[in-house]
Amino acid sequence: MSALELLVHATSLSLGLLLLAMGICVVRLMLGPTLADRILALDTLTTVMIGFIGTFAIRSGLMLYLDIAIALGLAAFLATIALARYLLSRHPLSRDEDILPEGVE
Amino acid sequence: MIVDFVRYLAAILLVIGSLFSFLAAVGILRLPDLYTRMHAASKAGTVGAGFILLAVAAISLDIGVALRAVVGIGFLALTAPISAHLLARSAYLSGYRPREMLKIDDLSGETTPRRKY
Repeated sequence: MSALELLVHATSLSLGLLLLAMGICVVRLMLGPTLADRILALDTLTTVMIGFIGTFAIRSGLMLYLDIAIALGLAAFLATIALARYLLSRHPLSRDEDILPEGVE
Repeated sequence: MIVDFVRYLAAILLVIGSLFSFLAAVGILRLPDLYTRMHAASKAGTVGAGFILLAVAAISLDIGVALRAVVGIGFLALTAPISAHLLARSAYLSGYRPREMLKIDDLSGETTPRRKY
């Protein structure tokens, strides 16, 4: 097997794995019992998406996709910070069953 | 010659990185608690994306692209702990309690935010 064939197979494998990982993140985003779980799932989804764009840059040979991946990482960081601040300012000490995870009290 | 070597290297780095990302997602789905899920996501996810960006840097054979990829890895490694720490702290302070298996709880006296944001 030549190196180029191996590289094509490796990109196919990793695109499939990353697609599966994105699907799992979406499942946690829908299930996630609390808001913090959903924020975490969104954060992981964008991190996986950075890897997906990097893999696609290798597969297509267009290195411009790398800039898109870096910009997406910046936007994801700001979004996570903003959502965490929103979580902190929502109900500081309320003890609803919406907030408590399962199995506590 | 060098092109073939770089292609083999990029293929190995790609598979390692995508495995790490996949395991981070599986950890998010399978682990029992918000804090354990955060431990899986913020470490394995960062390493996975970092390995894939390293593969891009290796295969480009161009100093500009490689430098941008390395800067991207540095940015990712710098911001992931900050966002994970802020998310864990604000989740704790807004009432998401860890499970009882927690042995040491350094934030236990600090139940309200110090100041209003």
